[in-house]
This record gives sequence, structure tokens and C-alpha cells, in this order.
Amino acid sequence: MNWKWWKITCIIFLLLTFTAGFLIRVPIIGNLHQSIRNFFFHVPMWFGQIGLLTLSLGYSIAYLRTQNLKYDLYASEYAKTGIIFGVLGLLTGAIWAKYSWGEFWSNDPKQMAAAIAVLIYCAYIVLRGSLTDIDKRARVASVYNIFAYFIYIPLIMILPRLVQSLHPGGMEGAQGGGNPAMGGGSLDATMRLIFWPAVFGWILLGIWISSLKIRIEILKHKNIING
Amino acid sequence: MNKIITLLKKDLLLEMRQQHTFFGILLYVASTIFVLFLAMGQPDSVVFNALFWIVQLFVCVNAVAKSFLQENQGRMYYFYSISSPVHFIIAKLIYSALIMLLMVVVSIVLFTILMGNPFSHALEFIGIACLGGFSLSLVFTLMAAIAAKAQQNAAIMAILGFPLIIPQLLLLMKLSKSAFGEVFRDGALMQITLLLLGLDLLVVVLAVILFPFLWKD
Repeated sequence: MNWKWWKITCIIFLLLTFTAGFLIRVPIIGNLHQSIRNFFFHVPMWFGQIGLLTLSLGYSIAYLRTQNLKYDLYASEYAKTGIIFGVLGLLTGAIWAKYSWGEFWSNDPKQMAAAIAVLIYCAYIVLRGSLTDIDKRARVASVYNIFAYFIYIPLIMILPRLVQSLHPGGMEGAQGGGNPAMGGGSLDATMRLIFWPAVFGWILLGIWISSLKIRIEILKHKNIING
Repeated sequence: MNKIITLLKKDLLLEMRQQHTFFGILLYVASTIFVLFLAMGQPDSVVFNALFWIVQLFVCVNAVAKSFLQENQGRMYYFYSISSPVHFIIAKLIYSALIMLLMVVVSIVLFTILMGNPFSHALEFIGIACLGGFSLSLVFTLMAAIAAKAQQNAAIMAILGFPLIIPQLLLLMKLSKSAFGEVFRDGALMQITLLLLGLDLLVVVLAVILFPFLWKD
């Protein structure tokens, strides 16, 4: 409980996102108008997802190195929260797309890649469900998790840069071609002031949710996990 | 190196002895393509390309799946006592790549005979198809190893493998459009080919690192 400060930071950052994010004056760019405020919700979801999945990868590696079942539970809970962030990212993206591109889903390469990423991690959950032996499940799932992560990164980092896209950061990108997440250096100074706190707020929230779920799981498996 | 060759020889020898499985896969390829021919006749190049890769995907699942699923528990214990996991997985990777290359060549021949010849660069297409078969077989070999642990469940292999293979499959479909006369911007072809080779290398490295953990029971 000495680590309370990061929970407080999380609450402050998210309060800032939900109040200042809706109140500050935003630049009007193209047809985005006020929908640009979605930037504080949609983009942090992807930062959050990558952060959580990276943590999950870390714990899977830790499991394979130490064979401590606790780490496998950590990895699976972080991956599950990562999936939730991915789904929320898709939903916020689809709503945004409706008002700027005209359709909820326009088969844009980035929408496809994001949906595939969610599918990959759903497969991870299915794999865990299909194994009953706890040690074997932990081992096989960790192996798949590590493998999936290294396929997932090229999927969202490299592929989107090779194709035309409606989303900012495509290959043609006069504005920040390169970074698939954002329009590069085009971020307005006041928006940046809210954006980075929002990113960290959401990531911390993801970790917080996962840590609660991990505590429940550890209690459930109290008889087989020591420490 | 010798051990890898011995393991590989064992797999190929088994293939010779148990010809029914090998011909089973060949029949699978032939009948799938024949059904497509009955359904579509001779489609245009876009449909041809899409059908070709989807057929490769399903053939790969079936051809590669059996390489692991045919090893029963007892035989795995035997391999465990006589060889190292790294040799074992490398032999399996080479073996499934060989089988898959053969299947790709057979499919190209059948596709051209039955569904017409829309290529403008046939040799290029063969090269890309071989690269594709190679990439597919590598990913699915590791998936088969994982599926073998999940109660020998072949369905789980498709669930695990399909989302993971999509990036490579999309790149391959894009790349093979060049064989149908689509023009790419300068250097894009080389870029995609190198990216695919890079992904293959990554898959092999991951397989070699991760397989030892799957192996011990």
C-alpha cells in the first residue's frame, strides 16, 4: 500500500482528461471540428494496449525463466485488460471514423490491423481455456504469448506504414508519415498538455484494473501458489 | 548438424513408408482446386490471387499439422532422450518447409491447368509462391507444436494460427499482384520481400528459443 501515489496520479490525470479535455480550446483541423477531443480517449487506448501487452510479455518471459505460476497469472490478466483496451480503442476509433470518414468501418488497413491484434490475443485466451493441466497451461500459453507479441508488433508498427490509409500516419503522410499512431509533430501545444497526462492516466488505470484482477486470481489459486 | 539431418531423414523416411498421409494431402489439394474450378471456371487475376493464397493457407494447416500430431506421446519421450529440442525443431521446420514447397508447386501446376494462366510474369509468381509456402510452413510448425500440447487438438491450431498469419498473408497477396502485371513504386517490391524474409527469420529464431520450453513435460 506504499504505492498509493500512482493510483492518486491516475485519478488526477483522468479527472484532468475528462474535464479539461472537454473544456480547452482546440484547434479546428479539416473536418474534425470538436471531434478532435476524441484524441484524448482513442489514442491513449492504443498506448495503454501496447503498454499492457508489453507487461504481459514481460511476465510470460519471467514465467518461463522462473516457473513461478504467479507470473503466468500476471501475464494472462494483463493480456485480458489489453484486449479490453483494444476493443475500446476500436470502438472509439469507429465512432470517430463515423464523423470524419463517414462510416463506422471502412476496411481501412489500420482498422483491420487493430482488429487482428484483438483476435490474436483472444486466441491466447482460447488456448488457455483449452488446457486443463495448470503447469502445462502456463508453459504453452507463455510460449504463445511471446510469439504473438513479436508478430503483433510488426503488424501494427510496420505494415501500416506500407499502405495507403485514411488514418493519420500512412505512407503518403505529408503529416508525420511514419508514426502510425498520430499525425507526427502536428500536435497542438495546449492539446499536448492534456494528451500526455491522458496517456499516462489510462495506462495507470489499466495497470490498476489488472492488479485488482490479479489479486482475485491469486486468492482463487491460493492453494497452489506460494508467495 | 548430423543430428538434424538424421531427424530430417527419419521424417522423410516415414513419409515414404506411410504414403497414405502424403497422398491424402495431395488429394486434398487436388480436390480443393477442382471444386474451385467447378465453382468459378477461370476467374480474373484478383480472384485467382485470393483463391490461390487461401488454398495455400488451408493446405498448410493440414500438411504441417500432421508432422507434429503424428508423433504420439511415447515417441516424443524417445526423441526427448536421444536428441536436443533445438535439433528437433530445426529438423521439423526444414521438413515442413520441404513438404509445403512441394505442395505450392503442385498447386501452381493444378491452378494453371484448371483455372487458366493470368500471369504476366509466371516465374516471378512461382518465386513469390515458394517464399509464401516457406513463410506459412514456419509459422504453422510452431503452432502445430503448441497445438500438440493442447490435447492434439487440430482445431486449436487454426484458431491460433489464422490471426498470426494474416500479416504475412496480406504482404504475400500484395507482393504476388506484381506477377499479374500490377506496377509498384520503386523499391517497394524489394522492401516487401525483405520484410517477409525478416519475419521468417524472426519466426525461426523465436521457434528455436521457445520450443525447448514446450518440449519438456
